[in-house]
Formats: sequence, C-alpha cells, structure tokens
Amino acid sequence: MFETLILILDSTVRLSTPLLLACLAGLYSERSGVVDIGLEGKMLGAAFGAGAVGYITGSAWLGLLAGIGVACVLALIHGFASITNRGNQIVSGVAINFLAIGLTGLLGQTWFQQGGRTPALPDGGRFENINLPLAETLSGVPVIGQIYSELLSGHNIIVYMAFAAVPLTWWVLFRTRFGLRLRAVGENPAAVDTAGIDVIWLRYRAVLICGILCGLAGAYLSIAQSSGFIKEMTAGKGFIALAALIFAKWRPGNAMFACLLFGFLDAVAIRLQGQEIPGIGEVPVQFFQALPYILTVILLAGFIGKAIPPKASGIPYLKERT
Amino acid sequence: MSAGQLPRWVDYGLIPLLNLAAAFLVSGLVVVLIGENPLDAVKVLLWGSLGYGEGFGFTLFFATNFIFTGLAVAVAFHAGLFNIGGEGQAYLGGLGVAFACLALDQYVPWWVTLPFAILGSALMGAAWAFIPAWLQAKRGSHVVITTIMFNFIAASLMVYLLNNVMKKAGSMQSETRTFEEGGRLPFLNDIFPGFGFDYAPVNLSLFVAFLACILVWLLIWRTKLGFEIRSFGANPTAAVYAGINPVRIIIVTMLISGGLAGMMAINEIMGSQHRLLIDYVAGYGFVGIAVALMGRSHPVGIVLAAILFGMLYQGGAELSFEMPAITRDMIVVIQGLVILFAGALEYLFRPALIRLFSAGRSPAAQAA
Repeated sequence: MFETLILILDSTVRLSTPLLLACLAGLYSERSGVVDIGLEGKMLGAAFGAGAVGYITGSAWLGLLAGIGVACVLALIHGFASITNRGNQIVSGVAINFLAIGLTGLLGQTWFQQGGRTPALPDGGRFENINLPLAETLSGVPVIGQIYSELLSGHNIIVYMAFAAVPLTWWVLFRTRFGLRLRAVGENPAAVDTAGIDVIWLRYRAVLICGILCGLAGAYLSIAQSSGFIKEMTAGKGFIALAALIFAKWRPGNAMFACLLFGFLDAVAIRLQGQEIPGIGEVPVQFFQALPYILTVILLAGFIGKAIPPKASGIPYLKERT
Repeated sequence: MSAGQLPRWVDYGLIPLLNLAAAFLVSGLVVVLIGENPLDAVKVLLWGSLGYGEGFGFTLFFATNFIFTGLAVAVAFHAGLFNIGGEGQAYLGGLGVAFACLALDQYVPWWVTLPFAILGSALMGAAWAFIPAWLQAKRGSHVVITTIMFNFIAASLMVYLLNNVMKKAGSMQSETRTFEEGGRLPFLNDIFPGFGFDYAPVNLSLFVAFLACILVWLLIWRTKLGFEIRSFGANPTAAVYAGINPVRIIIVTMLISGGLAGMMAINEIMGSQHRLLIDYVAGYGFVGIAVALMGRSHPVGIVLAAILFGMLYQGGAELSFEMPAITRDMIVVIQGLVILFAGALEYLFRPALIRLFSAGRSPAAQAA
C-alpha cells in the first residue's frame, strides 16, 4: 500500500512539473496585466525547439536553450500584439496556439520526415535523472528512506528547477522592487506610470519571463520526460496550467499545490484505469481527466473561496487619449 | 485610435484587406522556408477549392461549418462577450442531432427529423453555454476561462458517452450506429446534379446556415433584443442605466451563441457523417473566432470569411496531396496568421493610414 502511494506520488511529481512551470509562467504574465491563453502554444513550440536542437547537437542544455528561445519569440509576438499594438490578448493567445500547432507539425515534417515528430535523442541530448547523495544507502530505511530515495531523488534537473522556482517567484514578486512594480502594473498601470516607471517595458519583461518558464516546461516534455518531440505533445497541459493558475488565485505557493493536485489526479487516473474502487465501482478515466476543469469551474462559481484576477488584466494600457 | 478618424470604406474594406494580405505574405514566406514555390501553392490551392465542381462542393461544405461557428462567436462579440467555447458547444450539439436522428430515422422522412435535429442541436449547444453564461452574469467569473474549461469537460464527457453509453453494439469504434435514410440530409449533388458536386458532402444545411445568417442579422439590427445586446456590448454601464438587465442580456446572448455553435453539428452529423463520432468538431469551433474577426461580426462578412476558410481547408487538402512537403499543418499556420493579423494586430496599419489620409485632406476638411 505504502509503496503504491510512493509510486503514485512519484509520478505526481513528474506530471506536475510541466504544469507548475507553465503555471508560474502565466503567473508573471497575468500579474503584470497581460492575460495569456497562449501558454499551451509556447510550451509546444519550446518542446519542438528543444527536441530538434537536442537531436541535432546531442546536447540537452543547447536543446533547453533553443526551447526557451522559441518560447520567448512567441512570447514577444504576444507582447507586440497585446502591449505595443494594444490588441485583444485572448485573440493573440489563440493565434499563438494555432501558430505553434501548425509550425511544429509543418517544420517537423520538413526537417525530419517522421510525420511531425523528432527522431529519438542521442546520448547526452536528454536530461538524465539525478540521484541525490546517499539515495542508494538510505533506500533500505523504512518510510523516510523510501520517501527520500524514491520520491525526492531520481528526478531530472528541470523537476528540481521547477520546484525551486516556486519560492524564487514568491521572493521576486513579494520581496523585490521589480515584483512590487510588476504587481502594481497589473492592478493599476496608470499609477505606476505616474510614478515614472515604464509600463510597457515592465510588461515586456513579465512576458519574457513567461516565455522563459514556458520554454523550461516545453523542454521538460520533449527532452527530459520523453526522448524527443511528438506532434501536439502538450495535449492541453497549457490549459490545465491556466486552470491551476486561477485555482491558485494567482499566488506562487498555491500554484504549486494546485499543480500537484492536478498532477495527482492525472497520476491516479493512469493508475486506476480499468480498476474497480471498492464501494464505488469503476470510475471512468474521463472523469479524472475532466476533474481539474470541473474543480476550477466550481471555484470560479465561488463555492471554494473566490478567485479575483489582477484588476488590470486583459486591459491594454493607453498612455494618453488621442 | 477611435472610430471616425478614417473613412468607412477604409475601416471596413481596406484595413481587413491589408491585414489579410499581411497574413498571406507571411504564409508565403513560410512556404519559401520549407522550400516550395508559394505561387505554385496558391495556384494549387485556388484550383483545388474553386476550380472544379467537387472541390467547390467541399469548400461550401467546410464553409457551412464556419458560418455556424462564426455566427456563434459574432453574436457574443456584439454583447462584448468572448465565447471561446464554440468547440465544446458544437460537440454537444452533435448529441442533440444524434438523439433526434436515432429516435426518428427509422420511422419518418428526413424533413420531419430536420426540425427536431435543429432544435436538439441548438438546445444542447445552448445548454453547454448556459453555465459559463450564468457564472459570468451572476458571479462575474470570466466567460473566456469558463468556456475553455467547458471545452475540455465536453471532450471528456463525449468520449465517455460514446465509449460507454451510445456505442454501437459489437463495434470497436467509439461511435453510434449509422443513421437510416430518415436521419440523413439530402446532398446538394442529388438536388442540383448540374453543378457536378459529385462526392462532395455539401448538403441542405448550407441553406439552414444562410437562414441562420438572415435571422442573426434581423436579431442584431432589427429587434429590441438586438439593440439591447449591442448597447450592452458598446457600453455596459450606460446600458444598465438605460434599464437594460445585464444578467438577462449576458445569459440570452450566450444561449443564442451556444445554440448557433451547436447547429454546426447538423452539417457534420446529419449532413455528412450520418453517425455521432469522436472529435468530429476538429477545431471548427476555434476557426469560428477567426471567421467572426475577419467578417467583422456581420453576417455578410461572416459568409465571405467562411468561404475563404472553406477554400483554405479544401485547397489545403488538395495542396498536401499535390505538394507533399506542404502538409495540412500549413492551413493551421495560415489560420494562426489570419487570427494574429486580422484580430490581435488589427491596429497595426491604422496609425500609418490615419497619417496618410489626414495628410491628404485640407485643414478645412479636418476641422469640419
């Protein structure tokens, strides 16, 4: 029983990681007042960039860099449309998602001729799992040793980066001058502007951080979790991350728990597929798949607290009326 | 950046054309990038979608889907609402069509089934839009987010229903049984053999779509409700002061929008597939956003934009056949670029045009 639990929690961590990175990415963007439903597209683009460069160079780190680069380019398109041109941010996000699906499929087929996927990564092209010190030695110790060696140890570097990004994001947002300004620009950009701070530049920086984190999330999918890019491999994870962001009420700590919860649901769904639960019977796997969305809707309905987005999110900032 | 700085023909004619041209120009660059000749690609695309009867029939078939989903997004736009849930609403609409067809197809001819199928699809689509509408109206939770969530919930629900409840006995496919004659709309090829539509699945629902366009036009511009919807969309605060009930407008508009999206299923399910199956919506709901943006939320514009996207779909299929390097993903890229340039970057060329036109005019005309 305990071992099963450890195994489920272990896969929870693996499944939560891309959600968490994308969720934190959305957090920076939306806290600055730029709504981003293009997380999915940026992740997908990054996964492709990482998979392609990882395969060609055989270096996971160069792959990661390429993934981040692709996501940042897409993020800048979103920024140009929604910050500079004051276009509709939802529409821009939808466009990013379309572009990512189309371009990854098209270029993937052109470059690698494998129906849109990238070839399996060579040695070194993939982030390997890291065994924490003493994991082997302690694995015999009951409970604590097992938790340490099975659950905490043996993940790849991006998993640890994702969970380290949570306190870091908290510190940046709530303990630095940049974070204060970032939150202010999402609530009341006019006040920030009056204080002599450049609203446009501030929002661009937020959107770029969003791109970097989406790049990590995408690279995780293609060169850490699996060995290569598969067509449309994000499969809605960007939208689950968006749901998690709302579920977390735009706070970094909550974001981690929301992503762990949604990852846990996913892990349980995989585990329980075709199995009977005593007293309930077989629960359809689709129910678990839909549960994150259902929970978010229930939250939005105001039955579990209240989710209030940053006040200026979705509204382009206009310095002067013409 | 307000209306009235430019002549109407520039606002409604030139700017959309410029945006479209920019989107196609970048698409051409993408074609060059993968090593093909964009002009040849355009030739294949035009021939495949307009050049012969069957190709044109497919173009019209796809256009029928886009008219419904485009109208759905447009109606919501008029009330200032962004219904991004057309995908899920159309999916559920299929359930309504399937109920009507499975219940009636063995007993009555298609023209008796059709009204029930229309009603069923619209009701199911509207029902799927109701909870997001209610949450927006009563709880202020953003309709964009809730409709996205409902798209995914719809996908899970339909997979469950088609696998566990409605599946044809003894079949491996997740689909219902095939409808009998009474659950199939006539193909236009059988009504107008002269056009040579051949095997193109374009069917009678094209006319249902045109009818929906006329009804939407009447609703939005010729009824009291339409006036209220437009007033609320233009300025919610002023509308409330004018005695318009915001809760009612949000919910009614979203129900109409969801119903229109659901009616897309008549074309796909009753008109072409003749059975309910998994994932038949295939992104048509999302393309509706592009269609509504391109068509400036006006039924005439939507019909034109729907035909354009129908051409892209059909011509794109032909293109992937003639030039294998250009896969169907190219169509998704073009859609993305059209949404980007016609939607998110719609102000890109405005400042330059305003300068151009105000420079041409005399100071006296400017003062007037």
